[in-house]
Amino acid sequence: MARYIGKEMSRVDGVAKVTGRAKYAAEFRAPNLAYGFIVLGTMAKGRIREIDTREAERAPGVVRVFTHLNAPKLGPKASTEYAPPRNTREQDKSFRALQSDRIYFNMQPVALVVAETYEQARYAARLVRVSYDTERHTTDTEAVRGSARAPSQGSPPKPRGNPEAAMKAAPVRVEAEYRIPVEHHNSMEPHAAVAAWEGDKLTIFDKTQDVYGVRAHLATSFGVPEENVQVVSPYVGGAFGASLRPNYYPALTAMAARELKRPIKVVYTRTQMFTGHGYRPYTIQKIALGAEASGKLTAMIHQAVHNTSAFEEFNDNTTGFTRQVYACPNLLAPTMIVATDLPTPTWMRAPGAVSGMFALECAMDELAYALKIDPLELRLINYAETDPESGRPWSSKALRECYRLGAEKFGWKDRKFEPRSMRDGRLLVGWGTATGVWGAFQRPAIARITLRPDGTAHVTSATSDIGPGTYTVMTMIAAEYLGLEIERVKFELGDTKFPRAPAQGGSQTTSSVGSAVHGAALAVGAKLLTLANQDASSPLKGATASDVEMLDGRLRLKSDPSKSVSVAGVMRLNNLSEVTETFESRPSPERQKYATMAHGAQFVEVKVDPDIGHVRVTRAIEVTACGKIINPKASHSQEIGGVVWGIGMALQEATEIDHRYGRIMNPNLQHYHVPVNADVHEVETLFVEEDDKVVNPLGVKGMGELGMVGIPAAIANAVFHATGKRVRELPITPDKLL
Amino acid sequence: MPERTKQKTHIEFTLNGEAVEVAFAPHKTLLEVLREDLNLMGTKHGCELGECGTCAVLVNGRSALSCLVLGLEAEGRSVETVEGMASPAGLHPLQETFADTGAAQCGYCTPGFLLVAKELLAANPRPTREEIKEALCGNLCRCTGYIKIYEAVELAAARMRGEELELPREAVYGLD
Repeated sequence: MARYIGKEMSRVDGVAKVTGRAKYAAEFRAPNLAYGFIVLGTMAKGRIREIDTREAERAPGVVRVFTHLNAPKLGPKASTEYAPPRNTREQDKSFRALQSDRIYFNMQPVALVVAETYEQARYAARLVRVSYDTERHTTDTEAVRGSARAPSQGSPPKPRGNPEAAMKAAPVRVEAEYRIPVEHHNSMEPHAAVAAWEGDKLTIFDKTQDVYGVRAHLATSFGVPEENVQVVSPYVGGAFGASLRPNYYPALTAMAARELKRPIKVVYTRTQMFTGHGYRPYTIQKIALGAEASGKLTAMIHQAVHNTSAFEEFNDNTTGFTRQVYACPNLLAPTMIVATDLPTPTWMRAPGAVSGMFALECAMDELAYALKIDPLELRLINYAETDPESGRPWSSKALRECYRLGAEKFGWKDRKFEPRSMRDGRLLVGWGTATGVWGAFQRPAIARITLRPDGTAHVTSATSDIGPGTYTVMTMIAAEYLGLEIERVKFELGDTKFPRAPAQGGSQTTSSVGSAVHGAALAVGAKLLTLANQDASSPLKGATASDVEMLDGRLRLKSDPSKSVSVAGVMRLNNLSEVTETFESRPSPERQKYATMAHGAQFVEVKVDPDIGHVRVTRAIEVTACGKIINPKASHSQEIGGVVWGIGMALQEATEIDHRYGRIMNPNLQHYHVPVNADVHEVETLFVEEDDKVVNPLGVKGMGELGMVGIPAAIANAVFHATGKRVRELPITPDKLL
Repeated sequence: MPERTKQKTHIEFTLNGEAVEVAFAPHKTLLEVLREDLNLMGTKHGCELGECGTCAVLVNGRSALSCLVLGLEAEGRSVETVEGMASPAGLHPLQETFADTGAAQCGYCTPGFLLVAKELLAANPRPTREEIKEALCGNLCRCTGYIKIYEAVELAAARMRGEELELPREAVYGLD
């Protein structure tokens, strides 16, 4: 009987967060700290002709103004043109600031002003004068979609069956194009770094989802061994993918600190965040679905094009999941990219999946109406009993139960099929549904546990907690398998002094790091068993590691708990002040025999004001199946947050670019609309647990991304049901309904 | 080393119930004075434009966005930040319920929400959910989807009235 796993647990870091004690990157102090303020360029493409820093340098408190003229070259290959460093990790082709006179995108950093105070740096930043030689730019993906090409990494996906011929032969066909604008993560915490050097050793406090990734990036940038760089990031005020890759500011901050031989702090303004990291790319999707009159899909052609930057490839894998959602023998689903003079996009919550599923699940709704079949029924008709891509069985898939439970809770059977057929007074009512999918990823991760004779444990792994509750879930797992009260376990993360963990992205943390913590706890038990059985009179003689468990300071036989030894006693007998085990977990080979995915079903109600086109999501029920739920409390929060992200994507969020200048017009929270209190009404999230012995020892799958995946499509489908109008371009703002 | 600032203004005010004196350059916002001069990092910096609410504090009991208030304006007033919410007896009920319900996820918007909610409950001990949403309308949260924040405020309000509130139970369904 589990003591913690599966039980509701309040956040172990909750008190630190409600008292203001949780320390985020910008809040670390260092003696003699100076402040850097970034100066952004004002045109989209070309070269800096002249940059005049004299006035800025004379301003009060200014220590130095860095530009491409005096900034040292970062990376192994110093060059006047930006060139990704060679022979480094594939991920580290990231943009580095002030490396040449080249301008690749509007609002690119062109200078860093360092001063004694933040205000002085910010004031002097306005005195930097820049002139440019401009070149013709392209920021409009629509204008260049004809030059889209396959990403150079990886081989283009092969068609399944004969999609074109099957499409031609299909008795019922729908075809449409869908569009998703550029969107930005807009975590509440602006990105920040505080960097300090001691000789050739760098300590940097950074807002990151990947301390080891930033460490490798900085080591490459400055030509120092990775061991010389310590990246510290105990609390992250939201990130959603915006801190997965190393952004340009950590290297910029560390560069200034190294040159000036004093600690430097740099914090993005809200506006700087809009080109200070990537974004969800502008995505155009063309989908054709062919089906028999019965609803059975016979052909799917899903073609996506999204933008990348002019200097770097990014592949959002928009159509990746399309291959695994429905049983269909003929399929073509390529994702193509096209260069624009914007920063490089990056992963943003549910990357690829939410974009691809928006198009696919809207198209399924369109097909349902073409066939006059209930949209939920159509999904059941095409239910994939095995993975349509590999033919392998699912390690687990409770999607059918998600559909059933969601439909029942929502009251789907009372839905009238015809659009504009349901009303609440003068408001049009629409009910929509969609499917959500995400992977059950796992990557190698290492955790270390130190157990002491006093029954306390210290657990570490260099993962991150950007908000899902990683501190808590890892503490729960360690407490469960060490058999300790949770208050006696301390888990630490976000520091390269701890064992290596993958980036916190892709909803893989609990599966990867959780498995490592689980493994380390079992390794501690195994070690204690070996030590105990050195004593000839041990009651555990003959037992193997899998026969024993720990509970409340005793190591005991699972089959006969009366046979046990005292953990403290074993340590004392062996003169040990602690037992420390480090464990690396890896995905099991068993996974290769199965397809592993997490699924969900979403049901939403919208009410639309017919006069002003205003849409409110009055009710949302989301049912997800993502393996074992370790902490229901944090998991529900996570999925509610996902639903609300879906509301934002469906109805509000868009980064608007003025293509004449290639410049973002709304780089602030006043004009980039994220959901606010007034946008959130009834949201209910439910889990259907899956007993999955294949995915990992804990049986967990990804959930943070999954929570939003089906929501934009479900809302768009509900809007169609309410109004009879099919809006295929997000966000669904009132103007599109008038 | 260059001089730090040319001129500093000296003010006295009440901060979290205690008299403080602080000297700072007169153009500084209250947010900067709290974070940089008084080293109280609980008040968060989110946009510096009054858009997000993470920097909300109470000035004479009324919520104010400290990024839009000059530090000078605190002179002679009473300022409360998240660091002053707990008493020797323990956490404020709002702090307890925010921590317990999961209303704090990444935690960055939390101090601002707490102080605005405190202002609400001082004026209205029994707010409806609509009144809670209205009161918190200037505070953005990107993690929680707000629902747990409403529940935390409702639960704290009940506890402050000496009542207990049954929160909706989180459902996890099995395969049976």
